[in-house]
Amino acid sequence: MNAQAKSLVQIRDLYKRFSISGDFLDQLKFRGGKLVREQQHVHAINGVNLDVQRGEALCVVGESGCGKSTIARTVMGLLKPSAGSISYGGERIDHLSDRQILPYRRKMQMIFQNPYASLNPRMTIAQTLEEPVRFHNPKASATEVRDKVHEVMQSVGIDPSWGKRFSHEFSGGQRQRISIARALAVDPEFIVADEPISALDVSIQAQVLNLMMDAQESRNLTYLFITHDLSVVEHFGTRVAVMYLGSLCELAPTKALFATPRHPYSQALLSAIPRLEDGRPAHIRLQGEVSTPVNLPSGCVFHGRCPHANERCSREIPTLIATSEGGQVACHAVQEGRF
Amino acid sequence: MALLEVNNLEVRFGLRSGEVTALRDINFSLERGERLGVVGESGAGKSVLGFSILNLLSKPGYIAGGEILFEGQNLAAMSPKQLRSIRGNRISMIFQDPMMTLNPVLTIGQQMVECLLAHRRISRTDARRIAVQKLKQVQIPSPETRIDQYPHELSGGMRQRIVIAIGLLMDPDIIIADEPTTALDVTIQAEIMDLMLDLCERNSVALMLITHDLGIVSQMTRQAMVMYAGRIIEQGPTKEIINDAQHPYTQGLMNALPQMALPGQRLNQIRGSMPPLQNIPTGCAFNPRCDYVMDACRHELPGFTRSGGCRVACHMVAQMKLEEEAAARALEVN
Amino acid sequence: MSEQIQPLDAPPSAWQRFLDSHLWHSFTKDRVAQFSLLIFAAYAIMALLAPLIAPYNPYDPAQIDILNAEMPPSWEAGSDPAFWLGTDAQGRDLWSTILYGTRVSLTIGLCAVVLQALIGIVIGLLAGYRGGRIDSLLMRFADVQLSFSTMMVAIVVLAVFQATFGTELYQELAMVMLILVIGIAEWPQYARTIRASVLAEKKKEYVDAARVIGLKAPRIMFRHILPNTLSPILVISTVQVANAIIAEASLSFLGLGMPVSEPSLGSLISSGFEYIFSGSWWITVIPGAVLISLVLVMNLLGDWLRDVLNPKLYKG
Repeated sequence: MNAQAKSLVQIRDLYKRFSISGDFLDQLKFRGGKLVREQQHVHAINGVNLDVQRGEALCVVGESGCGKSTIARTVMGLLKPSAGSISYGGERIDHLSDRQILPYRRKMQMIFQNPYASLNPRMTIAQTLEEPVRFHNPKASATEVRDKVHEVMQSVGIDPSWGKRFSHEFSGGQRQRISIARALAVDPEFIVADEPISALDVSIQAQVLNLMMDAQESRNLTYLFITHDLSVVEHFGTRVAVMYLGSLCELAPTKALFATPRHPYSQALLSAIPRLEDGRPAHIRLQGEVSTPVNLPSGCVFHGRCPHANERCSREIPTLIATSEGGQVACHAVQEGRF
Repeated sequence: MALLEVNNLEVRFGLRSGEVTALRDINFSLERGERLGVVGESGAGKSVLGFSILNLLSKPGYIAGGEILFEGQNLAAMSPKQLRSIRGNRISMIFQDPMMTLNPVLTIGQQMVECLLAHRRISRTDARRIAVQKLKQVQIPSPETRIDQYPHELSGGMRQRIVIAIGLLMDPDIIIADEPTTALDVTIQAEIMDLMLDLCERNSVALMLITHDLGIVSQMTRQAMVMYAGRIIEQGPTKEIINDAQHPYTQGLMNALPQMALPGQRLNQIRGSMPPLQNIPTGCAFNPRCDYVMDACRHELPGFTRSGGCRVACHMVAQMKLEEEAAARALEVN
Repeated sequence: MSEQIQPLDAPPSAWQRFLDSHLWHSFTKDRVAQFSLLIFAAYAIMALLAPLIAPYNPYDPAQIDILNAEMPPSWEAGSDPAFWLGTDAQGRDLWSTILYGTRVSLTIGLCAVVLQALIGIVIGLLAGYRGGRIDSLLMRFADVQLSFSTMMVAIVVLAVFQATFGTELYQELAMVMLILVIGIAEWPQYARTIRASVLAEKKKEYVDAARVIGLKAPRIMFRHILPNTLSPILVISTVQVANAIIAEASLSFLGLGMPVSEPSLGSLISSGFEYIFSGSWWITVIPGAVLISLVLVMNLLGDWLRDVLNPKLYKG
């Protein structure tokens, strides 16, 4: 019960499919002399359950096409789930209308991956930052809006006097700071960060991560942090969720995951990080080709590449089971104690 | 004689706002079978370096000075025709985006065969046989059927393997790889790196690996150079640079990695960002961001100082070396 | 974080930004563009100031004397120094009539394009941003519209109007009718261009950011996406004005355009056409040359804009 009370965002049985067959006319095909309607789907998320606890930084990691960005966008309401629900503070929000969701827009904000595309090139920095403040505080006076914008700009290390400039006059790192400032401008309590540092240089990545950690401390933020970079997760995350082909493989406290990864995929992923050690990389070799989310494999989505897979894995979809380290893992081999 | 020797290379861009120097004082050499890492952040000039070695710079960039000696011949002064016989044949290049190399309307096989026929006098069937064999080398499953597929039918990792196979097609002496795995997932990246390492060792191909990832450099290369704002600031054996970096920028890069800080603690950041080429500070280009900045750094371009097996362009390191030598001499006298 | 803040020069003014822009820079280098703009500006000023520049008012019957009809231009034998470009078949000063005609042609061209742009931008934005069924519906509608040629629609509509309401009313409303017909017939050009660039812009993250703020669709479309599609709008507008002027001239030439009492360049050419074989070539040829050069410089400007504003050509 306690865990329920603490959880801020709840994702329940989430499914998301995208049609890739175009419009109705494109879907009509001739098969054996008959006209049939065929639709192909990308199965981006397949039954994910995830809770974000208040005050934590939950990291979702996985490789491209695993559905991590789709989760971020579905939580933010940018996409409608195909099935399942998303709740915020106990209230279901995934089926709300544009008007009903407005109060939640103040509480939930998002930081994007590409600092070159996430700022409107035709707006000055001040215009970009004033817009959310004005929109959510229609009664605020011009001075109040300006003061608020100055405050957030200062808190992300951007000189307020730069407000009259356009985004193309700033470097990638500065733009990402501005993007963070825009998210902070409405004083949210929950921030979804979709690969916020992967487009940045190493030395700038550190600056932005530090800034996000500062903001978390000073503003009591909760993060849902999407990334493909496990080394960042180790540093930043409270808990880590590892995803593969739209399914959750493992969910564990960061320390536990890095010390003893349980799922074979987590192990492979961890071993593949290029470390600052000389000598050849000693990564776990995965067999087979990466399957696509268009034709999902039966059973466990990872069984085609898994070194420990057996017949059951190709038949039955594993469910999450609790581990001794306080995490959860979805793997038949772990459950049966096969490795 | 080194296989590739670059002396005092200088590259400029004629922009409408004026001439901009993109690379200066570039000196290095690459031996047969050697693996050299070029590390730097975006804007450091590392990709420009890769392009300029093959004289592939497009307008408004041009080689303004220095020489690029490949087996003693200066590539910078060669005719386009001579260059064509070297490009793709003796020196090949692998890019970050495989689709930069692959033509989407030709099958893999057509592209590889065309490439072979352009450089060698062999029959079409022989060319195809060689192509299949190279695909096998890069561990493409069932190469005989894959060879007739189009690039879009393959996954990202597969495409990059094909690009490597094309790079290896002519049995080149040097492969220049510009961020070859940046667009790939970590597990695929690890496989591709493994493969490249293996192929280079087996065929004694020299590899020049351009990347921003220090982890990859430390695992893949024996020599490394770190670039900042168009200059080499530190070069030497990879091991020394990784374990005992001398230049404050290299140290900063290393320390900024998340694995260098305790979990939950702030990362050690370098303040500011790389200056644009039009606006490089006088003196040491790194001085506005450096924690150890001295007066000399603001006025004087630092020369290279030997430190162990490395060459470092830093006033502070130079001064420390002088002091060390003085102390050693003082000890001898005593 | 305070060490991040570095002093910076004052932000450049809008004028300074313009002088630093790629647009201005390439303009200073491109002779053809400079020449075209100069000619176009000259035409625009002439049209705007026609009542001040023109020695006679061609709309005022009191200033027209039929006895002056078909005077040749001043460099031909038998000319009258009062009419340096000669006179037309009704005795109007050709120079004054051309000035007023250019004014009419440009007005129709610009207004028709404003109308096209208004319809096209709204429909293109809606189709591109909403997508799905609305998109399919609007775009099929545009396809249908495009499959009727502009000329055909215009001829049918104008002829029917003339037949139903009589020539007198038609002559009164000719300008409005021409603007409406040309404006409505050509909107799909805009709608398609806008839709294509909206589809590209919609994928960018700043649109998602605006949605995350909670902004409503119209505001995102007009405040965020529209300003980022201005480049293609600008390019297509230049070409479309030229096209509209040609369309008007063609219709006038066919007798469905401006009445002879208030001639545009097209109706002037048309009215002189009967006399071309009787030796009065100037009534047709001089306005024709004016029309051709006007359309040519606009197309040249459009080409130049397209080259400059196409990011693929200079950022690559």
